[in-house]
This record gives sequence, structure tokens and C-alpha cells, in this order.
Amino acid sequence: MKLKGTQILLKALEEENVDVIFGYPGGAVLDIYDELYKSTMKHILVRHEQGAVHAADGYARATGKVGVCLVTSGPGATNTVTGIATANMDSIPLVVFTGQVPTGLIGNDAFQECDITGITRPCTKHNFLVRSIEDLAPTIKEAFNIARSGRPGPVLVDLPKNVMAAETDYDPANIKIRNYEVTHKPAPKKMANVFEMLTSAKRPLIMTGGGVILGKASAQLTGLARKYQIPVTGTLMGLGSFPGTDPLWLGMLGMHGTYYANMAISHCDLLLAVGVRFDDRVTGTIKTFAANAKIVQIDIDPSSINKNVVVDLPIIGDTKATLTDMINFLAKHNYTYSPADRQEWLGQVAEWKGKVPLTYCQNGKEIKPQYVIETLHKLTKGNAIITTEVGQNQMWTAQFFHFDHPNTFISSGGLGTMGFGLPAAIGVKYAFPDKQVVDIAGDGSIQMNIQELATAAQYKINVKIVLLNNGYLGMVRQWQELFYEKRYSHTDMTYAPDFVKLAEAYGIIGLRATKPEEVESILKLGLSLDKPVLMDFRISREECVYPMVHPGESISNMSLGSREMIN
Amino acid sequence: MEKKEHILSILVHNKPDVLARIAGTLGGKGYNIESLSVNTTTQYEISKIVMTTVGSQETVTRIENQLQRLVDVIAVDDLTNVESIHRELILVRLNLTADKKEQIKKAVDTNKWKVLVSADTYMILEITGDHSQIDFALVRLEPLGIADITRTGIIALNLEN
Ligand SMILES: Cc1ncc(C[n+]2csc(CCOP(=O)(O)OP(=O)(O)O)c2C)c(N)n1
Ligand SMILES: [Mg+2]
Repeated sequence: MKLKGTQILLKALEEENVDVIFGYPGGAVLDIYDELYKSTMKHILVRHEQGAVHAADGYARATGKVGVCLVTSGPGATNTVTGIATANMDSIPLVVFTGQVPTGLIGNDAFQECDITGITRPCTKHNFLVRSIEDLAPTIKEAFNIARSGRPGPVLVDLPKNVMAAETDYDPANIKIRNYEVTHKPAPKKMANVFEMLTSAKRPLIMTGGGVILGKASAQLTGLARKYQIPVTGTLMGLGSFPGTDPLWLGMLGMHGTYYANMAISHCDLLLAVGVRFDDRVTGTIKTFAANAKIVQIDIDPSSINKNVVVDLPIIGDTKATLTDMINFLAKHNYTYSPADRQEWLGQVAEWKGKVPLTYCQNGKEIKPQYVIETLHKLTKGNAIITTEVGQNQMWTAQFFHFDHPNTFISSGGLGTMGFGLPAAIGVKYAFPDKQVVDIAGDGSIQMNIQELATAAQYKINVKIVLLNNGYLGMVRQWQELFYEKRYSHTDMTYAPDFVKLAEAYGIIGLRATKPEEVESILKLGLSLDKPVLMDFRISREECVYPMVHPGESISNMSLGSREMIN
Repeated sequence: MEKKEHILSILVHNKPDVLARIAGTLGGKGYNIESLSVNTTTQYEISKIVMTTVGSQETVTRIENQLQRLVDVIAVDDLTNVESIHRELILVRLNLTADKKEQIKKAVDTNKWKVLVSADTYMILEITGDHSQIDFALVRLEPLGIADITRTGIIALNLEN
């Protein structure tokens, strides 16, 4: 049977089990939107195309499925670029469909033409311009395959208007595409090496990253660490891959990592790094990073190995399959650790934890952002999916909300995109309507995609926004305080809307707390309401995120803020 | 680490923008392409790209890994670390002016250069060789007055599989 391009698109999406599209219409995709009108496919109309991509991204991070967007050509397409780059840096599977002018006009500077495949080539895993109707179905199938296979990532598919209007036969059972799946190759020799290294190590440490979450390997990683009593630290993207309330957990490492995680990295003699890429925010100066340790690195992507940190034993492979092999190998060959050695190492770690715990100064007068997050954790019993914006709000969340489960901390790690949290929360809440979904936001970031409050209101997507309002671009201000002698150049944001009134104007609920004693009751109320709620917490304005490793320093060399006096 | 020239042989799917992807992958990460040669293989849908770049072994391994990540790249080989044969080709036009005519004819004979076109007023030569042979030929051609020249990128083949 012959079908039109627009019909093939929707049928192909059904084949891929797509249950929602985040999108925004325009001239080049009018035909597709007309087909959507007749179809049962769910579509969420966002208020800005960047919001569509972040929403699809949040959906993908929380579900592990591929997120899908649909936008028009030209400005619709260029508006997706920040979202695509965000997903690309964090290896999130997306398929973004963009409209394009008819093939005959491409290259003519036609109305709303832009070379979006050219623009997104460096920030997608791959992209396609569909040149003929015969290519449409196979391209869509390939796009989904590429997005979710191996190291995942965003794929863009550009759809010229005339191609979508053309007709061809559609037979989903007979579409042949290349195989992109990476087959797992066991590496018994390397497992033997790991066995030897673990046997001779006195101070082993596991470092878990986003690859453990993407590879669905949290259970294996947790099992390995608990069985052999190996302490675990994680990158920002790894939060939730090991239970944040487990005694073996050391919290995040790196620039705003805990004192004890950074000390453990600097003193361990074996580092088992799983699904991490050793970003400079994590390592501090490379020279002294894990300087006393042999490093084993497991990653699916060879380009992540030896990129920043030179490792002793690279193992290229899927994190889940490789950790499973490792667990089996260690068990089969009766790996045992010396209880005395382990006790000494865990004792040392406990001593660091006791010396400089993750804490903050409660003065009773001002709302401390850390207290808001702790209270949120307490009230939700940690049973919530949290998105963040970027800046201090993001770092405090990483430090003070102890994530016990994978796919529950949703944040732009690699690109650090302000404006990510709200649309991402909408995508998450769409996927999990029965879960508490909270965007922990900053007053600067929230204004970057504030228009998405309308999306939440329209579709009754009841996200909660915990706004840590310091009236500053706080993280930048912190750097100005520490490194520019408090010259606060263009970081004061006191000129802002009244967020409570703004929420009300959007038809959602706005609440405000200005005193510490109001925090718990406002959170309780906000969380209990069956509507989107924005809670404006007027926090201590010049609170800083500590510990902090100064840029270019060793990660064992941390500023601890006011606690420096104590130590 | 020691920097040297590396010759990469890259098999790719012959897609419209595969060269742009490869060039972008290198350029975008700050690596330079010194020489480039592209054509289809015995199968039209598969092309081979031979590319040279200068860097330490560490840098070049990084480049190889980045290239391997591209969906349309099938295989990347560094021919510098295996036994391989390299060739470049130049086409040169020499103008047969009255004062140079005899000198040019003599040089063509002694060097056994291949004459592709011989006209009254000019001559076009084809010279192949490895990088240093071509450089050497250029030294000899220089005094004869090169009117125009085209030089290909390096192509290379490993001796054994
Ligand atoms: C799109 C974008 N622009 C600029 C930055 C640089 N930047 C990083 S954090 C930050 C301040 C964020 O302010 P706010 O959202 O109020 O968060 P706070 O640090 O105060 O919690 C800025 C401007 C960025 N990360 N993203
Ligand atoms: Mg702020």
C-alpha cells in the first residue's frame, strides 16, 4: 500500500514505540502536523523549541528510552541547537525531526531555510537529510538505532517538505539497515589483571559515572562494591548509580566534591573507574589526580580512554556486561580481600568523613539553600526525581540530596545548560505522572525557559519548582568573590519578576518562604498540591558552595569556606 | 612526546557529507590535515580516504578514536606503524621559452620524467614518487621555471594485510 511521507513518519514512530513527541509547528512541518491532527500520537506543544529538546531529554534520562522532538525549519531548527548539544555532551538518546524547505530550494536561501545538518554536525552523534521518499523509513529506523546503540546520543533527521508529501510503499518488516549494536567481547585476560590488581591493592576505590546509568549497570556496580567492601565515589552524572545513603558512598568528587571523596581519590592505590570520562571539573590538575593509584577504566567508547587521564588497564565494553564478567571472574577464582587492610582503609575514610563532613552553617536568620534541599529530601523520603538548573543550585543538589536510585538525578553535566531543569522536569513528569518530580532551580536559570510554565499548566503536568532565589547569578558571583576581589560585574539579578505573581499569571500556584521556619511548611504544601507549583525560597544571598577546589589545583587541595578556621 | 607525520587510511561509507564529517571532526578538535586523498574503492558505496596529520602517537591515537566514533567510518589504520608504500603525483607545466628550451629538454631526459603533453610552447610532465622524491624533483624543476603545478595528497597501501 502506498503511503505519504507524513503517514510513514507517524507509522515509523509507532514501530519505535514512541509514545510522545515534544514539538512546535511551522510552515515546513504543516503537513506533518495535519497528519498528527488525525492520529492518536501524543504531542506536547512546548513554548520554545529549546524547551522541546530539554523535555525530550528529561524524558529520555528518566526512562532510558529515546526522546523525540519535532520542529519546523530555519529558526525552529536553530532553536534546538542548545538542547541537542546538551544531550550530546551527556550521551542522551534523542531523535530530533526538523522540517526543511523542498529539496529543489535547498541551497537557494529560501524562506526559513537553514543548513541544520551542517550546523549540528559537531553536536549530534549523527544526522541525516532525507533526500527521497524511499529513504524515509530506513532513515528513521537507522536514526533510532544510532541514538540508542553503543554510547547513546542525539540524532537529527531533516525532512524536506516535498519528500514528506511524496508517496511510496511502506513495509516495516522489510527495512534493512546497518547493525549498530556493539557486541560484547569478554576479556578474560583483563579480568585476570583486575583480579591481580585487586589482590595487591590495600586501598581500592570505585568511581562511578554516567556510563553506569546509561548502561543500566547500577545493580552490578552496587553488588561489586558491597560484596568486597570497596568505597564508592561518583561524578555528577553518576549520582544515583550507587545508593547515596549507603555507608560505602563518599559522595561526589571533583571541584565541589566532598572532602572525603577527594581525599580518597588522592590516597587510593587502585581506582576502578566505570563509565566516566575524567572531565576537568572532576580531576583538577591531571598531574596529581589519583597519583598513588593504578587505574582501571571501563568504558564503551574507546575515545573516552586515555583522553584526559592515562590509565593502567583500559577495558572497552558495555558497563553492565563487563561488570558482570568481573563479578563472575572474582567469584569463580575466590577473590578475597584482607580484612585488616580493608578495615584500615575504611577506617581512614571514616576519619576523613568525621573530620570534614558535608555541612553548612545554619544561622537561624536566613534560609540556607542546603537546608531547603535537606528538607525536600526528608519530606520526599528521597523518593522523587530531581532535575536541576545550572550553578550553585545544581551543586547543592548534588551534595545534599542523597540519590539512591539511577535515573533520578537529571541535570546538564557536560554542557552546563542554564534553562534545562524546568523543561526537563516536564518531560520526566510526563513519563512518570505518579512520581514527585522537582526542578531545583536558580533565579537566573529559571528565567531562561520560564515560558514552559505554560506547557506545564496547559497539560496539567504537575511539576514542582523549588527556586533557590539568591538574586544573583550565584555561581558566577562566587567566582567573582573568590577570584576577582568581590567585583560583582553583572551578576546581580535582584531586578526580577515577582515569581509568585508570575506563577499565578501562568495559571499555576506560587508560594514563598522568606524565613527558615517557613521552609518545611511551604515545601509540604507545595508538594501536596495537585497542580504545578513554584516555590520561591529567598535564600541567603551570598552563600557559597564548599568544598571548592580552585581551578588548576589538585583535588586534595580544597577550600572549605568558614570551616577552614576550624581545621 | 615526539611529533611526526602519520598517514591514516580510512574506509568510509560513501555518503554525501562524510568528508565534511571527517574534516570537521579534526578541525573542530584543533587538529590539522596536512594532505588528503579520497576516492571510491572497488565498491562504489565504500570510499577510502588517505590523510596525513602531524602529531605525537598519543594525539594520533586520539584522532583515530574520534574518527572511529563517526557512524560512517568503517575502519581507521595508521600506516605509519606498519610497512607501507607511499606515493604522490604532480602535474607540472613548463613553458618552453627560448632561453630555457634546451635546458628543459635535457633535464627531462636525464631525470626520465614522463611527458604527458608536448607542444611548441609548453610541456606537461607527470612525476610520481614518495614525499621526498617529489620534493627532490621540485628542487630540480625550480630553475626550469614552473608555470603551473598540481600536487596530489599522499596515497598509501600497506605491504601485507
Ligand atoms: C546558558 C548559559 N549561560 C551562561 C552560563 C554561565 N553560568 C553558569 S552558572 C551561572 C549562574 C546561574 O545563576 P542561577 O540560575 O541564579 O543559579 P545560582 O548559581 O544562583 O544557584 C551562569 C551565568 C551557563 N552555564 N549557561
Ligand atoms: Mg541565583
